[in-house]
Amino acid sequence: MKARTSLLLGSLSAALVALALTSPRVIAADKVDPVADAKAFQNFFFQKFPDVKHEDFVNGPYSMNEDMKRQWQEKEEFPPYEFALDAGKEMFSTPFKNGKTYADCFANGGIGIRQNYPYFDTKEGKVVTLELALNRCREANGEAPYSYVKDEMASLTAYMAFTSRGKPMDIRIPDDPRALEAFENGKRYFYTRRGQLNFSCASCHVQSPGERIRAEILAPALGILNAMPIYRSEWSGMGTTSRRFITCNSQTRAVPLEPQADEYRDVEYFLSYVANGLPISGPGARP
Amino acid sequence: MKRSLPIAMLLALSLAPAARAANEADYQAAYAAAEAASEEAAGMRNQWTTTVSTLAAAKKAGDGGDFDRAVAAAREAEALAKASIVQATSEKEAWKAMEIR
Ligand code: HEC
Repeated sequence: MKARTSLLLGSLSAALVALALTSPRVIAADKVDPVADAKAFQNFFFQKFPDVKHEDFVNGPYSMNEDMKRQWQEKEEFPPYEFALDAGKEMFSTPFKNGKTYADCFANGGIGIRQNYPYFDTKEGKVVTLELALNRCREANGEAPYSYVKDEMASLTAYMAFTSRGKPMDIRIPDDPRALEAFENGKRYFYTRRGQLNFSCASCHVQSPGERIRAEILAPALGILNAMPIYRSEWSGMGTTSRRFITCNSQTRAVPLEPQADEYRDVEYFLSYVANGLPISGPGARP
Repeated sequence: MKRSLPIAMLLALSLAPAARAANEADYQAAYAAAEAASEEAAGMRNQWTTTVSTLAAAKKAGDGGDFDRAVAAAREAEALAKASIVQATSEKEAWKAMEIR
């Protein structure tokens, strides 16, 4: 009798141990846990590049290459995005036809708030990026929206980023299942292979940062949006986040999505969230 | 003899379509199949740029009456579209393998 009980207990506890061992893993695989994801994401880059100061990751390819960094620091004395900053500032303070300005659409008059974008809008149930918010502001005030890939949008976001330089990225995920879903969708988009070359965003920006692709040095995915928008010599002008996503998709021979497609909004949410705590450095300049 | 006959028939069958020049109906059929596959890929939001350009090349050749070239391009476009569908389908789960944890 005794023996049988202990055998029973023994197998029961073995079963419990097995359950305890397997169930957290199952839960961990399926539960969306942005805090853990962000921690793992940051640790991956901190460990892969132990010599890079944490706040330097926001400088894209420059964080990966000393020579390039020096050239860039020299360039920063006469930054090529200066004209866009001036234009953005001017546009920002010029009233719409109805007399209102962009400042009326944003918290704190739109100054020093870049680090809060994108945010999850619980009314709409979707992610709202800064570019989207700017066009919605225009439309709400009777103005035509700007192209997401052209200079006007880049100038506006450049100015807003500039007034927020140094502020740590601060993306919130509200207690709303749709917000978690948006985060998870963004994560999936980031890791999903696409295009004839069968690359995901991670193939280039996680597996190969610092490596050369044609003439360019790949930026690390950590803090990759903190410097947006960016001036690129190759574009001989400024590029918005929308433009950069579209270019990156095309490079893998994937047909890009329309600017501000849900997938792009979500991947921006994911990438910004995992960069929480790292400073805004935009606008950036690239060779 | 007994064995070589079926082989000869198989050979004849497999070579036959390639041996004669493609006509407009061949092109229409190949193009329709390619277009359907490419629409399916686009519906999965996983179109490849090469599918689009190869499909356009097929159309251009077809419009110009070069049906051999048009059929070849349409078949290539269909194969590309189908590969992109396979990719999108397998990535529904496979993306997790890349995730930083
Ligand atoms: C084939 C490789 C490749 C893939 C795949 C790729 N990119 Fe890029 N990406 C580049 C290159 C090259 C640049 C320009 C050099 C640089 O800054 O990294 C770049 C730059 C960027 C930048 C600007 C970084 C900076 O500081 O200048 C962002 C943001 C970006 N990519 C996001 C993405 C996203 C999101 C995806 C997935 C949709 C993606 N990329 C997929 C190659 C790639």
